[in-house]
Amino acid sequence: MPEQPDFLILKVNDKFVTVARGTTVAAAILMTGAPIRISVTGEPRGPLCGMGICFECRATIDGAPHQRTCQILCAQDMEVHTL
Amino acid sequence: MSDVWDVVIIGAGIVGSACALECATRGMRTAVIEGKGIGSGATAAGMGHIVVMDDSPAQMALTRYSQKLWQDLSEHLPANVEYDPCGTLWVASDEEEMQEVRRKSALYASSGISTMTLDSHMLAEAEPHLRQPLAGALLVPSDAVLYPPCAAAYLLAEALRLKAQLYSRRALSAKAGKVRLDDGTELHASRIVNAGGADAEELLPGLPIRKRKGHLVITDRYPGFVRHQLVELGYLKSAHSLTSDSVAFNVQPRRTGQVLIGSSRQYNAEHPEVDTQILTSMIDRARWFLPEIGALSAIRVWTGFRAATPDKLPLIGPWPEDESLYLATGHEGLGITTSLGTASILADHLQGIATKIPIEPYLPARFEKSVAHA
Amino acid sequence: MNEHFDILVVGAGPAGIAAAVSASASGKRVGLVDDNPAPGGQIWRSGTPAGAEARKWLARLDTSSVFRLQGWRVIDHPKHGTLRVESDQDCRDLCYEKLILATGARERFLPFPGWTIPNVMGAGGLDAMVRGGLPIAGKRVVVGGTGPLLLAVAAHLARRGAKIVAVCEQAPLRRFVPFAAYLLREPAKLLQGIDYLTATRGTRFYTGCWPIAATGKEKLESVSLQRSGKNWEVRCDYLACGYHLVPNLELAALVGCRIEDGFVATDDMLQTSVAGVFCAGEPTSIGGVELALLEGKIAGLAAAVGTAAAEKLVSHRRRRLRFVHALRSATALDPQLRKLATETTLVCRCEDVSYGALRKHVSWRDAKLQTRCGMGPCQGRICGAATEFLFGWDSALVESNIRPPIFPAMVSSLGIPDDNQACPGDKNTVADTSTGTPKETR
Repeated sequence: MPEQPDFLILKVNDKFVTVARGTTVAAAILMTGAPIRISVTGEPRGPLCGMGICFECRATIDGAPHQRTCQILCAQDMEVHTL
Repeated sequence: MSDVWDVVIIGAGIVGSACALECATRGMRTAVIEGKGIGSGATAAGMGHIVVMDDSPAQMALTRYSQKLWQDLSEHLPANVEYDPCGTLWVASDEEEMQEVRRKSALYASSGISTMTLDSHMLAEAEPHLRQPLAGALLVPSDAVLYPPCAAAYLLAEALRLKAQLYSRRALSAKAGKVRLDDGTELHASRIVNAGGADAEELLPGLPIRKRKGHLVITDRYPGFVRHQLVELGYLKSAHSLTSDSVAFNVQPRRTGQVLIGSSRQYNAEHPEVDTQILTSMIDRARWFLPEIGALSAIRVWTGFRAATPDKLPLIGPWPEDESLYLATGHEGLGITTSLGTASILADHLQGIATKIPIEPYLPARFEKSVAHA
Repeated sequence: MNEHFDILVVGAGPAGIAAAVSASASGKRVGLVDDNPAPGGQIWRSGTPAGAEARKWLARLDTSSVFRLQGWRVIDHPKHGTLRVESDQDCRDLCYEKLILATGARERFLPFPGWTIPNVMGAGGLDAMVRGGLPIAGKRVVVGGTGPLLLAVAAHLARRGAKIVAVCEQAPLRRFVPFAAYLLREPAKLLQGIDYLTATRGTRFYTGCWPIAATGKEKLESVSLQRSGKNWEVRCDYLACGYHLVPNLELAALVGCRIEDGFVATDDMLQTSVAGVFCAGEPTSIGGVELALLEGKIAGLAAAVGTAAAEKLVSHRRRRLRFVHALRSATALDPQLRKLATETTLVCRCEDVSYGALRKHVSWRDAKLQTRCGMGPCQGRICGAATEFLFGWDSALVESNIRPPIFPAMVSSLGIPDDNQACPGDKNTVADTSTGTPKETR
């Protein structure tokens, strides 16, 4: 079976991002400098707990909204949107 | 303390709070008793749907009257009440139900309520996530939704501004002009109003009320997933049943973008635990009408009890066995809608003036024979 | 589609791994379910050069016969013997004879002005993000809050190249003095302490100190620290701040286990008040990795082969518990931490409910219904611990009957999954063996 490459490319807010395999989507979003989420009163937010219980890291992955990005690993050709 | 209150209202749910505001507005010295938390009982178990229902002429009269009152009040409601005039779509899944749409349309028209009949295509445009094809729907634009606990709190706050007084204690007994609280306080009242909702029977054993359990599910935010309160016409068939458990498709968009999924009715269920069979049926029904709803994230499931009477009309008016005692309870699934109308005609009655709509159909005395032995 | 297990372990942190491995050695069919992408829980979160202990246990797990369900979260416990789990795509029921709950803990966050600015995270939170690939080399980090987690996080981040500007422990130094004597009796702990210190060279350590405000436009730019009435500002890129770990009790409560003083009540063998259900690790008391491993072993052995096998570990556990309790007492939260929030400081982050809106209510339920605090997707996991400390409200767990789903689940996962066959066993009852107080709860 072919070795999996150490890096992969995904899209965050329509921009290409290269990350090491094993990187979480939350980390990938933060690396682009964008806040992950806008709160119900319009505040920019980022991850708080890092373990999937605060729900501050929610973003849309491949069309599915409210995904907890700190619990999801980046995959090749993934499309992530934060707004 | 030998002061006599003009009226002591037991229960600060939406009905009790509405009564408190109405009485205080009319200058009555008003006290409200709430031991558990404002709007935390049957009020919190409701969907917050302000809807005209035509199950019977009396039901139509009260819901229609109340809905107008809500419309008049709406511009004063604070944001946290989340009032949204989104309207109701009564969804017809077959031709038989479309007949029902036409019947309702005519009936509503004759009562001065404007509606619009949607065919299959128009319905699909109005609600793209509904399964297609459906037969059509009746749109009632004057229906609305709101968030009940904050609505109750608003009404009560307005009553308190008008010098009504709140006692945050439990009432242990309420009869013959005396209300005793669990801290020993005794209130003397010319009139006592039992607006205890699902707990009304605690103070008045023998009340012709049964608890009906309902399930609700709320999702995360999906703005625009549904735009109107969606109710299947089959709902009326299930609401007709007085004895058996039933579910019906009943889905509501909240102002937050969350989707509220109902509804279920169970008698003889005393415990608040989620009933898996009922929940599954309710979800299945919702998924039939809205196939994509299964993929939404459900944050919470809860249950609640509402007070139901044998003829599905509330109890508003004097209790025959106690001159001082009045009832404002038994609203089952229409407590939110009819809270304002209830308060209005009850206050009219307390003041001995003509009620805006006839109060006879709701008088507790109608059950007098059957409660004589209680 | 169901899976049947003799022993089902929930949570693949140290306690869960130890329990699963210990139980599977007996030949019983053991399942391990965990909602992270990989095993290790929080403290052994992957993506890092793991310590020797972690490597050893993860290797044992790999070579064991444990059936692994990674990436599945528990949403319901419909009846005794059945656990409902959900992944991103699917939902299924897992049937068990014995259940071991190793659901770990989460950080307690206390609100202060600016705590919602991006790049203010928990201590474990930033640590987890870094393990998940967040670059930290060269970044200025302030670590604050309380407890042994702070040093561990500071050390780890420093090893990754972060500039740990300050570590601020809210407990005053004098509280650690009697504790220091304890450290000397426990050489392993002392070595750990030294290791932490050397790894975080150049860092300023403060006790009796905490962040009172965070500032920044779109993300964190600086933090104000307070100590003995003096404030000063520190420029930084990240603030990693958490005030103790609090146990994840939701599943234990749903299963019907008795909760005492905020922890799952168990006997020496970690049997809970529900027959056949054990609990190991942080939900019994916040005790860190060593205690978690010990308890995992005890619970695994007790569930798989019986209590005799675990007897010799009991006194070891009791010693650890004494240490752990001493540490918790030493780091009791300063009451001044209740005063950090201003009227507009948010307490509930899911629904943006402010301190000012909350403080006029008298109970959690009241506040929830009227302000929506705790009604968001975290269902009070973040704000519940804060409001308990700020207002003294009974914890969210106690007041509102815990109901499924204990985690947001797909609507289609609610009720009975489509192709479900019921697990065997009694439909209704959840047996309760508590005939009196357990032999020892702590």
